[in-house]
This record gives sequence, C-alpha cells and structure tokens, in this order.
Amino acid sequence: MKLSFSDRALSVFSYIAVAALSFLTLYPFWNSIVISFNTGSDTMLGGLTFWPRHWTLENYEIILKNKSMYQAVLISVLRTAIGTALAIFLTSLFAYGLSKKFLAGRKFYFIVAIITMYFSGGLIPTFLWFRELHLYDSFWVLVLPGMVNVYYMLIFRTFFSELPDGLEESAKIDGCTDFGIFFRIVLHVSGPILATISLFTAVGLWNEWFTASIYINNQSLLPLQTYLINAMNSSLFYEQMTSALNSEAMKQMSQQTITAKALQMSTLVIATMPIIMVYPFVQKYFVKGVLVGSIKG
Amino acid sequence: MKQNLAKAAPQIQPRSNKPWSSVIRNQWQVQLMVLPAIVFLILFAYVPMWGVLSAFQEYNIYKGFWASPWVGLDQFRAFFEADEFWLVMRNTFVISLLKLFIGFPAPIVLALMFNEIRNRFFKRLSQTLTYLPHFMSWAIIGGFAASLFAVDNGSVNILLQKLGLIHEPVNWLSTPHYFWGILVSTNIWKEIGFNSIIYLAAITGIDPHLYEAAAMDGASRFKQIYRITLPCIMPVISVFLILAVGNIMNAGFEDILVLTNNGNNGILLDVADVIDTYVLRTGIGGQRYSYAAAAGLFKSLVNVVLLLLANGMVRRMGKESLW
Repeated sequence: MKLSFSDRALSVFSYIAVAALSFLTLYPFWNSIVISFNTGSDTMLGGLTFWPRHWTLENYEIILKNKSMYQAVLISVLRTAIGTALAIFLTSLFAYGLSKKFLAGRKFYFIVAIITMYFSGGLIPTFLWFRELHLYDSFWVLVLPGMVNVYYMLIFRTFFSELPDGLEESAKIDGCTDFGIFFRIVLHVSGPILATISLFTAVGLWNEWFTASIYINNQSLLPLQTYLINAMNSSLFYEQMTSALNSEAMKQMSQQTITAKALQMSTLVIATMPIIMVYPFVQKYFVKGVLVGSIKG
Repeated sequence: MKQNLAKAAPQIQPRSNKPWSSVIRNQWQVQLMVLPAIVFLILFAYVPMWGVLSAFQEYNIYKGFWASPWVGLDQFRAFFEADEFWLVMRNTFVISLLKLFIGFPAPIVLALMFNEIRNRFFKRLSQTLTYLPHFMSWAIIGGFAASLFAVDNGSVNILLQKLGLIHEPVNWLSTPHYFWGILVSTNIWKEIGFNSIIYLAAITGIDPHLYEAAAMDGASRFKQIYRITLPCIMPVISVFLILAVGNIMNAGFEDILVLTNNGNNGILLDVADVIDTYVLRTGIGGQRYSYAAAAGLFKSLVNVVLLLLANGMVRRMGKESLW
C-alpha cells in the first residue's frame, strides 16, 4: 500500500524527533566522560564536546588516591548490599505470610501496609523521631527506613498466591514447617521475581542521596551520591582532593593541569558507572516491573 | 491500586472465631513471618505519622515530644502570615502546573512517536537510551546540569555561541529568569522515556482491527492517532492525570535542591522555594521544627483535597476514576 504524503511526513518526523531525543539523552553522559578523560587546563580553553583533545588519566589518579572517595564507595556498597538483603528478606517473608488465606488478622495487616503507601509523617516528624531513635549520624539510617516496601510486597504477594497449591501441600504432608516451605521451596521457585525486586531495591539504595544529606554529619559515613552532591557544590573540593596528594611531583602537576571541574566530572562518572554497567541487564526487568505494577495494581 | 484492592477483597475470609490459643498453636510460624515487617512499618512509618501532632506544639528538642507545650493552631497561623507564604505558594503552583502542562503530555507524545517507528533495531536502541536517565539519581543529573549549563565552556553556551544566538556566555544556573525552564526540561529529560512505557503498552494493547478498518476507510495516520489511539488510551491517561493533580503540591524536591546548590543558591530562592524546600530550610536548617511540620501538614491536606476534587471531576465526566 502506498503511503500518503502526510503519513510519510509523520513517520519521518517521528524518526527524526526520536533520534534527536536519544542524542540529547546520551550527550550529557558522553560529555562528562570526555571531560573526565581530558586534562583540566585544556578543558578550560573551551569547545570540548565529543572527543577528548588531551587524553589523560590524571583526574582519576588524583580522585582514586583520595581516601574519602574510597570511603564513600565503601559506604554505598555496604548500604546497597546490606539494605537489599534485609529488604528482600523482610518484604518477601511479609508477602508470603499475607498470601496465606488462613492467616488470622490478614485483612488488618494488609490495611496497615496499604495505608503507608498513601500517608507518611512528612519530613520533620520523621526527622525528630529518627533523632530519638539515635539514627542521627548512624550508618543504619541509610539502611533501615525503607526496608519494608509495600509496593514490592504487593508484587511478591501476587506472585506467591499464583504458585500452585500442590507444591506446598506435598511438603506439608512430609512434615515440613511453614518456614521450611518458604525457605526451601517457595524461595527456590521464585528466582526471577527475587532478582527483579532485588535489582529495584539495589538501584534505589545506590541512588538515594537525600537521607545522608540531613542525617549524616560524619564525613566518613557519606554514601557516594551524597559525596558527589557535596563535591559538585563545594568550592573546597579541589583543595581537599589535591591537598591529600603526598608526592611533590603530583602536586606540581595538579597545579598545572588539574581543575575542579575535571575532578568533579571524574567523581560523577565513577558514581554513574555501576548503574550504567548493570543497566543492560536490568532494563527488561524494570520495564516488566512497571507493567506488572500498573496493570495488576 | 484500585484493581489490587478489589482483587484482594474477595480473598479475605470472614473473621474466624478461633480462640487465640489455637491461632498461636496452629499458625505461629506464619504470624512470625508477618511480625517483623509490621514492627518496621510501625517504627518507620506509623510513629512519624503520629508525630505529625508536633505541628500543634512548640517542639523543643531538649524536652522532646512529651514535654513540649501545645500551642493549637499557632504554627499554622504563623505560616499563613509569614512573608514568604505567598511566594512559596506561587512557586509551588507555577512549577507544578508547568510540570503538569508540559511534562505530563510529553511522554504521551513520545509513546505515539515510538509507535510510528517500524524499524525494530532503531526502536529498541532509542528506547534503551531514553529510559536510562530514569535510573540515575538527581545527584548525577544535577552534576550534568552544572557541567552543561556552566558559564565557562558549558556545552549549552558553546552551542548557542556557535549558532550566533548569544554573544556572551550566559550564567544559566544562577539567573532566576531561566530557573523554571531548566527545572522543567531536566525533569522531562529524566523521565520522558520511562514514563512513555506505560502509554506505549496501552497503545500496543489496542485491537489492530480498528486500525485496519480505519485504513480501509482511508483515514490517515494522523486521523487514526486522533480517532483511535488517543481515545483508546484515554482511561490510562485519566488515571495518571488524577494522580498528577493529587500531587500538585509536590512541586519537586530533589530536582530543585540539586539545581540550587542544595538550596544554598540565594539568588534563586525567589523562584525556587517551594513548600517542601521551605519545610527543609525552616525545619532542619532553621530548627523551627513545629512550624515546618505545620507547613508540611498543610501541604498534605491540600494534596488530599485536590486528589478528591480531581477524582470527582473525572468521574463526573464519565471517565475512569481511581475509586
């Protein structure tokens, strides 16, 4: 069938617009990487867009010589690992309990969970309460608050309630306890959903920066994303980074070629990398997750 | 959400009259599975909800919640009479409405364009790219913005100077005049791809016979979009529109913080201070806890009212409503 002029125009326009948007999406990532691999003094001359002109690794050398950077990465990794493990444990156990029709008080528990999706105490009451819990300036404030995610619980629950009954009944006849069934059988057949929700949770924990900005005062407890915010905003970042250099040669080099912007962009790229690296693998899960969440509710 | 509650409802058994002892004997394990999560919810969600009452106090950090004096509605009165009140309200509404009018339709338009693309490889590649920023934190997006809009050799200035549109580099991020535009466009940049997923899925679910019949009748693609696609995805659009209207008082928070130097860029305060950032500034920064809690509570109440109004309006129009 021959396309009419207007149909073809629409098609061409769509291709061009989508290509332009894709380019616009990619450019900031690309440009940051380019700046991070270019000597700072050269970047200052201007006009740096698609390719590094003076290729260098010195920005990364300086960043990676700094202890505070490692500390921030360590905190982020610990937070993501511990937080994801704990969240998955609590949330899946909760969802499994709620998927049992014989659970006394099931409706009550369910409502208790659902209400938290719509109402929260808000910033200040939460802040005051967490202070009283001695979570201020504690690593645990980065982990504990979001551990029971009701939205993920609903996804788990839907999955568990669709498991065939026979699976559990036969185990029960063999004398398996409820905990035994959950850990030995149910979790065993829930690989994909566990992976999906773990990725959701891990990306969320890795990216979260605001909590630390109000609850953490101790610089050595800052996660990478909050560290990055401070690096972008602080005029002292450059001095902090370069003063930690111990060799005279490095110091001289830094005075000649390193700029705050180059160091900031290197930090930014390091903070971005983990997500970029897992992104190809998680993308399809996320897309599926959105659809599960919104269609099944 | 609604579907979920509806689905859950029939499964709920009539209240059993079993005595507690038998419940404990027969299902203590399942009860134990639920218990930790409930404890977490109480500790981290319900106690703060109850702590909202501090909005009616003059909270004193040394006395704590129990010993702080009650002051009734004084904090609310102080908030409404504050010099910044109208400015903060204006910013909240203007930023929200800009996000609603420009940011809300953008992913719908993108989904329609994705749907016009027949080349599979191109489609998948562009989807993969445009979904990516959603997975980045605002900390990173703020870094991008600081770099791209920089006065010294930021890419935006480079481009505009090359095109001859400006002669001197512009300080984009410290000029109040540009703030709303930059805020809304970075938001769209971050979420347009990901938000289009849901509309694209709705479009994919439309019965292809409708298009075949329309094509047979000689309807152009434009007409098909207007007459078939849009009406068919209208229920999805209205649900998201209701949710967006219910969120009007949440004009933004992290995005505003990262674009204003974590709230420290005083030049931008007049255009960037919304209720949430005001709560942060007065409450955590200024330690006026009860006052800020009152401002926050006021915001939540307005949100609930708006959600009810929006839902009622959509229901009156005979369209899909949340409940």
